[in-house]
Amino acid sequence: MDFLNPVINGFVVVLEPTNLLYCLIGVVIGMLIGVLPGLGPAATIAILLPLTYNVEPVTAIIMLAGIFYGAQYGGTITSVLLRLPGEASSVVTVFDGYQMAKQGKAGTALGLAAIGSFIGGTAAIIGLTFLAPIVASFALDFGPPEYTALALLGILLVATISNGSKAKALIAAALGLLLATVGRDIFTGASRFTFGNLQLADGIDFVPIAMGLFGLGEILYNLEERHRAAKAPSKVTNVWPSRNDLKQASGAIGRGSVLGFFLGILPGGGATIASMASYAMEKKRAKQPERFGKGAPEGVAGPETANNAAATSSFIPLLTLGIPANATMALMFGALLIQGVTPGPQLVEQNPELFWGVVNSMYIGNILLLIMSLPLVGIFVKILRVRAAILAPVTALITLLGAYTINNSMFDVTLVVVFGIVGYLMKKFGFEPGPLVLAFVLGELLESSMRRSLLVFGGDPTGFFGRPISATLLVVFVLVAVLPVIRGAAAKRKASTPAVTAASEIKEKV
Amino acid sequence: MIPVKETPAEPAVEADAAEADDLTPEQLAAQWEEEKPPAAGALANAASSLVVLGVGIAAVVLSVAMGLGTPASPQPGLWPFIISCVMVALGLFQLIAGRHNRDAEKFTRMSTAPLTGLVTLAAMVALMPLIGFELPALVLCVIWMRFLGGETWRATLVVSASVVIAFYGIFVLALGTSIPHLF
Repeated sequence: MDFLNPVINGFVVVLEPTNLLYCLIGVVIGMLIGVLPGLGPAATIAILLPLTYNVEPVTAIIMLAGIFYGAQYGGTITSVLLRLPGEASSVVTVFDGYQMAKQGKAGTALGLAAIGSFIGGTAAIIGLTFLAPIVASFALDFGPPEYTALALLGILLVATISNGSKAKALIAAALGLLLATVGRDIFTGASRFTFGNLQLADGIDFVPIAMGLFGLGEILYNLEERHRAAKAPSKVTNVWPSRNDLKQASGAIGRGSVLGFFLGILPGGGATIASMASYAMEKKRAKQPERFGKGAPEGVAGPETANNAAATSSFIPLLTLGIPANATMALMFGALLIQGVTPGPQLVEQNPELFWGVVNSMYIGNILLLIMSLPLVGIFVKILRVRAAILAPVTALITLLGAYTINNSMFDVTLVVVFGIVGYLMKKFGFEPGPLVLAFVLGELLESSMRRSLLVFGGDPTGFFGRPISATLLVVFVLVAVLPVIRGAAAKRKASTPAVTAASEIKEKV
Repeated sequence: MIPVKETPAEPAVEADAAEADDLTPEQLAAQWEEEKPPAAGALANAASSLVVLGVGIAAVVLSVAMGLGTPASPQPGLWPFIISCVMVALGLFQLIAGRHNRDAEKFTRMSTAPLTGLVTLAAMVALMPLIGFELPALVLCVIWMRFLGGETWRATLVVSASVVIAFYGIFVLALGTSIPHLF
């Protein structure tokens, strides 16, 4: 029962009024931005980072986590009602959800999605509760070489799994690593890439980079892409699915929970991939696959369950290894660093209140979200009437003023605008900003563990292969790096196969 | 059992639904593909690759100037040197292998909107320390809503004024931050 003590203490932390309030704020914001097409959870979290400065670490992460999984619930609403995916992870919900809405079953689709999300999310939290301490205790023996290999693998996986050109994602990652070196070299104290600027002497802060690239960059990008005005949503009645619907969808919910949980743990995985994989799996398993795309309840329940499970389980690598699995987790990592907490295997032991507080807050958050998405769904549908033209300047101003409040300096605001330009141009030219931010966050860890390892190995890089765990990780690294090249060559040889699946095309759209 | 109040726009919805009837996922994906902004050509790829190469080469030069040292006793420049070499290699690869990629977007007439947005943002950053945030924020709101967003003058003015007042209330009165303000 000793194991359960910190878990129960975690509930005590969550039930503090402040934490409950921030949990509520987080999931409401998450729901809102999920409903509004345009800003994604990563952008929102980036913009709201300054809010977390004056609160306890656990409170801050509870709120940010709420935004993340709340957005998974909210994204469903626009997918079903308007055929506009509010979030990348809800794209596949459009296919069957919108068809169901047209058949007058919008309420059923939303209800199934909400119940599936709740079950998937809760299952993933339970999995997280049991798996995370095991992973963390395993990783406690990790030394600098293992961390070097892990960070390299994490960056590579995020870059390879991202949408679009892999070379471009790797370029973005390299730029992130380079930006992380700006400032004082921790080993020798020499200044690097500061160009004599005193404000760069301590390096570039994470927050302006994240706010600029994810926040302002996305706002600017959206100015160009006029979102089609949200049409009046069709009638939402009877959000409680019938027993028959539930029975039909229960298998999909079960499979989605498991699939989402495991895809969320993988670096580079996450909600979007999980929802697509679940849709593909449900379609493949179905006795009548032709029903899919014509309003099959499994096609809504499965992906929606999977994206929530994945959103939750992607906290595992962050909280146990200190390696963010995707761009949003990189933002959480940054937020924790700001608070003076370094995520890693020692977190469960040294900071149990934080760890279990955040994990257990997700139970509360999921219950709140279930309440908001079933009886209160009508309120959120009304939010769709807020026009993007009004939202854009408000978010831009929040970003600028928020950036000022970090250090009360105009320099940070300038940095945000500069990185906003960079982020906009990157998106225009097909570079994902995600790998850049992730690499930036991991840059210092990577450099210092690599240099420490080399000191231990006496400057011999083959030493990394002398330790079983780092050797394994590096072999995986090489495999991941080389495999696409081989596969590309093989694909060229039999170029006559036009096997373009719908999923891969959609991936490019998002 | 919560019915959402229906707006009188029913006929429009019907028409729209009829026009976009029963698309299979594949057709929907194709439709999204069409709606995407036009793709940029080889020139965009060359330009972005050259920028990457330029940054990479500059970083190589600066890293070498910082001193490389040996793996056993590295100087500050070794790690940036490794990354920038990777970056140069990737830039070269992208320059040649990415010629036929279509993942970049063309700059169109619509691109003037983010450009205008940027100019207003830059102006706001420049003016904030001089005259406070209120007036630049008001102007920014008006430009973004009226000219970039196509709102009506009435909506623009009402919303812009309330936004600035709300921000004044939050950042100056409630939170007491030291954001430069005029009033």
